[in-house]
Amino acid sequence: MNSTTVIVGASLAGINAARTLRLNGQTGPIVVVDADPERPYDRPPLSKQMLTGEWEPEKILLPAGKEDLDLDFRLGVRAKAVDLGSRQITLETPNGNVETSAFDSLVIASGAAARRLPDTAGIAGVHVVRTLADSLSLRADLDAGPSRVVVIGAGFIGAEVASSCRKRGLDVTLVEALPLPLERILGPEMGRVCAQVHIENGVDLRLGTGVLQLETAAVDGVERVVGVALTDGTTVAADVVVVGIGVSVNTQWLEGSGLNLDDGVVCDDTLLAAPGVVAAGDIARYPSARFGRMLRVEHWETAIAGGEAAARRLLAEESGETPAVFDPIPWFWSDQYDRKIQLAGRPMPTDECVVVHGSTEEFRFVALYGDGDRLTGVLGMNRPRHVVQLRAIFEEGATFSQACERAAAL
Amino acid sequence: MRIVVDFDLCESNAVCMGIAPEIFEVRDDDFLYVLDENPPESMRAKVEESVQRCPKQAISIAED
Ligand SMILES: Cc1cc2nc3c(=O)[nH]c(=O)nc-3n(C[C@H](O)[C@H](O)[C@H](O)COP(=O)(O)OP(=O)(O)OC[C@H]3O[C@@H](n4cnc5c(N)ncnc54)[C@H](O)[C@@H]3O)c2cc1C
Ligand code: SF4
Repeated sequence: MNSTTVIVGASLAGINAARTLRLNGQTGPIVVVDADPERPYDRPPLSKQMLTGEWEPEKILLPAGKEDLDLDFRLGVRAKAVDLGSRQITLETPNGNVETSAFDSLVIASGAAARRLPDTAGIAGVHVVRTLADSLSLRADLDAGPSRVVVIGAGFIGAEVASSCRKRGLDVTLVEALPLPLERILGPEMGRVCAQVHIENGVDLRLGTGVLQLETAAVDGVERVVGVALTDGTTVAADVVVVGIGVSVNTQWLEGSGLNLDDGVVCDDTLLAAPGVVAAGDIARYPSARFGRMLRVEHWETAIAGGEAAARRLLAEESGETPAVFDPIPWFWSDQYDRKIQLAGRPMPTDECVVVHGSTEEFRFVALYGDGDRLTGVLGMNRPRHVVQLRAIFEEGATFSQACERAAAL
Repeated sequence: MRIVVDFDLCESNAVCMGIAPEIFEVRDDDFLYVLDENPPESMRAKVEESVQRCPKQAISIAED
């Protein structure tokens, strides 16, 4: 196949799509465009080893980005618009030049961006963590030895940032608007366990509290954050604030393209968004028969698997083969303090949750989630073997009661 | 093919075990054990998938 493929996003999904295309007979040009000027890198360490200072940027380069796959990288170049009729993409180079590039197939892998607090742009000491530049700039502020770090949002990224700051011996206040951290993902029972992990590790955890405003002061002529005013009436003094309040998908460049955009790029169950156009990773929204709803998954492994599947979808389109359905069990991990949290599946917060191994008091356990007798999730804390084995049982189609039974025998 | 695991990088998350339980096993002591360091060629696809999916880039294949 000698057609031209343009891939927007040189991160996990985009790079793995490129690799899969190249290794499976795509001989034509593969142009990989990314607004980030850095060589493709891995994001999970940005809130972990990069923040603690254990790792340097060289260590987080994506292996596939280092392979010789004859890819035409356009780093620092931003996609601005796409015309699916004439198959032209509009690109903006770092010096502001606008050019167009023709393609036959398009892979949309532009992922997501960290949400920020409104009206906080340009205030020194306020950070998000999504890019290598973000992580390095936060790290520089942490190196300066702040008296306190306030982390806003106790989701996975916020929790990891809090953990990395504690590892550095810094005082941390973690502010969460919900009554319990991760309640919407793990339910109240496990949310309580996650809250306890923060408290045991010396974090000042403020639950059910929103942010009223950031307090700033002019330091050496620069507006710097000095504190966070909370909706409970208190103010926490801080010289560094990290905002971890979720992401928004990078679909701006696709507006007006005719693609169906709905908090992501809406695809079919093979990740096809339009003829010759596929999407993968954090940006792709696809129907999952397994979970009976549309899913958009923000996990590392889904970005790899999705990138591969999207590439295979394009190859199938050219060869006329029947395309494979993309419906894996979502799986991810999060490292917080000395705990490794792993979740396979997509439970609803209202699902039943039973601990099948270990105990939550020891923070070493496995829990299963079920909706009626439908198994919806496997959660582990420092129990990787059990999570992997139960995920396989999940994959086989076990019911909730069957999985509980088999868990007892592991 | 010979499997090389960098145990300084490995964090025992058992991802490789999920892909190739015949080769990789994380035991109750939370350490990874390589059950077969010289797996047959027929296992190559699974080993390569493990290399790609290890979040710590701890697995490599030596050809000797
Ligand atoms: C700090 C952090 C820690 C994480 N930790 C974990 C973890 O422990 N476990 C886990 O499972 N997952 C984790 N994740 C999630 C995981 O990293 C993401 O799911 C994954 O990066 C998604 O890959 P992607 O390729 O879809 O998108 P992204 O990684 O978001 O990449 C999209 C790329 O597209 C580029 N782009 C966007 N718009 C344009 C445009 N218009 N033109 C050109 N280029 C554009 C961006 O520059 C970016 O490089 C973490 C994420 C972060 C940020
Ligand atoms: S996937 Fe990598 S880090 Fe995880 S257990 Fe295997 S070798 Fe270790």
